[in-house]
Amino acid sequence: MTDIKLSVKGLYKIFGDRPNYAMQHVLNGMSKQILLDEHDHVLGLKNINIDVPAKRLHVIMGLSGSGKSTLIRHINRLIEPTSGKVIIDGENVMEMTQDKLREFRRHKISMVFQKFGLLPHRTVVQNVAYGLMIQGIREGEASERSQKWIDQVGLTGFEKHYPAQLSGGMQQRVGLARALATDTEILLMDEAFSSLDPLIRTNMQDILLDLQKELNKTIIFITHDLDEALRIGDEISILRDGEVIQKGDPQDIILKPADAYIADFIKDINLSRVLKIGSIMEKTTSALGPKLAFNTSVEEALQIMNLTDNGVAAVVDAKGKTIGKVSIELAITAIVHPDRKNNGARYK
Amino acid sequence: MLEFFEEFPEMSRGDLRDFKKAIDSAFRSFSRTNGEAIESFFDPILWFLIWLEKLLLATPWPIIILVVAGLCYLGARSWKLSLGSILIFVLIGYLGMWEDTMSTIALISVATLLCISIGIPLGIWMARSDRVQWLVTPVLDVMQTIPIFVYLLPVLMLLGIGKVPGLIAVCVYAMPPIVRLTNLGIRLVDKDILEAADAFGADKKQRLFGVQIPLALPNIFAGINQTIMMALAMVVIASMIGVRGLGIPVLQAIQNQYLALGLMNGLAIVALAIIFDRVLQNYGKRLQQHREGRKND
Repeated sequence: MTDIKLSVKGLYKIFGDRPNYAMQHVLNGMSKQILLDEHDHVLGLKNINIDVPAKRLHVIMGLSGSGKSTLIRHINRLIEPTSGKVIIDGENVMEMTQDKLREFRRHKISMVFQKFGLLPHRTVVQNVAYGLMIQGIREGEASERSQKWIDQVGLTGFEKHYPAQLSGGMQQRVGLARALATDTEILLMDEAFSSLDPLIRTNMQDILLDLQKELNKTIIFITHDLDEALRIGDEISILRDGEVIQKGDPQDIILKPADAYIADFIKDINLSRVLKIGSIMEKTTSALGPKLAFNTSVEEALQIMNLTDNGVAAVVDAKGKTIGKVSIELAITAIVHPDRKNNGARYK
Repeated sequence: MLEFFEEFPEMSRGDLRDFKKAIDSAFRSFSRTNGEAIESFFDPILWFLIWLEKLLLATPWPIIILVVAGLCYLGARSWKLSLGSILIFVLIGYLGMWEDTMSTIALISVATLLCISIGIPLGIWMARSDRVQWLVTPVLDVMQTIPIFVYLLPVLMLLGIGKVPGLIAVCVYAMPPIVRLTNLGIRLVDKDILEAADAFGADKKQRLFGVQIPLALPNIFAGINQTIMMALAMVVIASMIGVRGLGIPVLQAIQNQYLALGLMNGLAIVALAIIFDRVLQNYGKRLQQHREGRKND
């Protein structure tokens, strides 16, 4: 595996008056429900283990109450765990002193919030500069450095506006610019786009993906929306009732849902758009038809194959070498019965 | 047995008398030994009050009126209000209440400054600690509800008649709103915004001055406003213990049934209150302009 930037190890969080006492019960295998009914403690997170390689976008997906917002707040220690570690660059965040933690938050990690968390009395440029001002950088330099990020997220011309004068989507762009302005290696995004309209959400996802191509940050992205998770995630962890029930890349999750709960989610997904032909192809080194990249979506491939005489296409890797073939038939089978096809190859 | 239900089992008269006497003499000896020290503790405030009063009285009246109108404009950005304040001050002077009004303004200014400089830090402390809030809240309740003469008595025994006891009487009554509203304002600050400040590594000072106080300002301003209004309401009481100002003619009017004198001076107090209130409210509103949605499009 590539080098791990951030890793969560054996993380437990129990809410209640006596979490350490409740912890013993949990370790002895007591269920979440019994812990709540008989001991009045809520098991928020149970034995979370996640490794995130550097420069990847890791999505944590779960419905409300699954513990995803609790989990992300452990990574910069806005919430103290009951037990467990968060290791970033070899250092356990949970053991940092208050001073160290503050330095860590100022320089190493930044965060985007669902409800934006902007300062209403500061203008856009002052909000974007907030992290820099906290670091102790003087106003002039901070504004100058912020301007670059305001331009990047497309808010040029709105520098002197107050947050209340902006739409939700624009406010979240301010939130994103503020998080990027401190040049931290890690970015936490807590349902950052969930409160936005669908169109604006897609637009923000594009902005994030474009920026990520240049910036290569390690991003933890929380969402309750599987479409969003599949669209932007390099890796996805699915959280339910405070436990990770499946980890994998988007293709893995669609093709091999770990249980009925996840399969149920996938039912509503537009598979033709999410599935890549590299995941459904038949492996071969020579094939007829137009050459399509392995990461072409099935939808696009169908459109192209439909124009050919025999309805087939060759799948090529990043270097243009043929690695497999697909046909209209194969593509349709994959979309209609995602769990029944593909005994063959996998390429990503 | 029946007697027990009909008569309340009172403390015996002699015991009660001794009990009261003990308290009285204890306080009397306390004030005899410490009175001077306490008096000199308040000296700087007294000097400041006297200095301000002399300054206001010594300054030629046109300059005062110009300064007042200027301050009104700076605070409220309203020509109407400035013009109104000029009119009111001219009328006050013409009706022979100029000197008393200057004395009252001096007292109110010093009292308000004192209340703010004690009240806001106390309110911040209360907002930070539930324990402090638990301790201070009942004290504030007492300050606002106890009959004024009850706390005036020990103050008079300690410090005698004069400006300082008057100032204390005003402050005891006028301080609670600023403390309460500072506390409330800080506690009401949006938790999401504070969390964002934490996530970016803000320390306690940066949280307080960068987030909590700016976001609590509307409430703090309401507190300052209330404090000034209550201080003005205390002007007559303060006059009873020897503070010069608009309260003295009002007292004379009560004693001698001079209706016109009472009305004129009373209305002068009301006019001051209205000017203070409108200027501060407009200033507070201007500070909060960023809350008013989209003004540019």
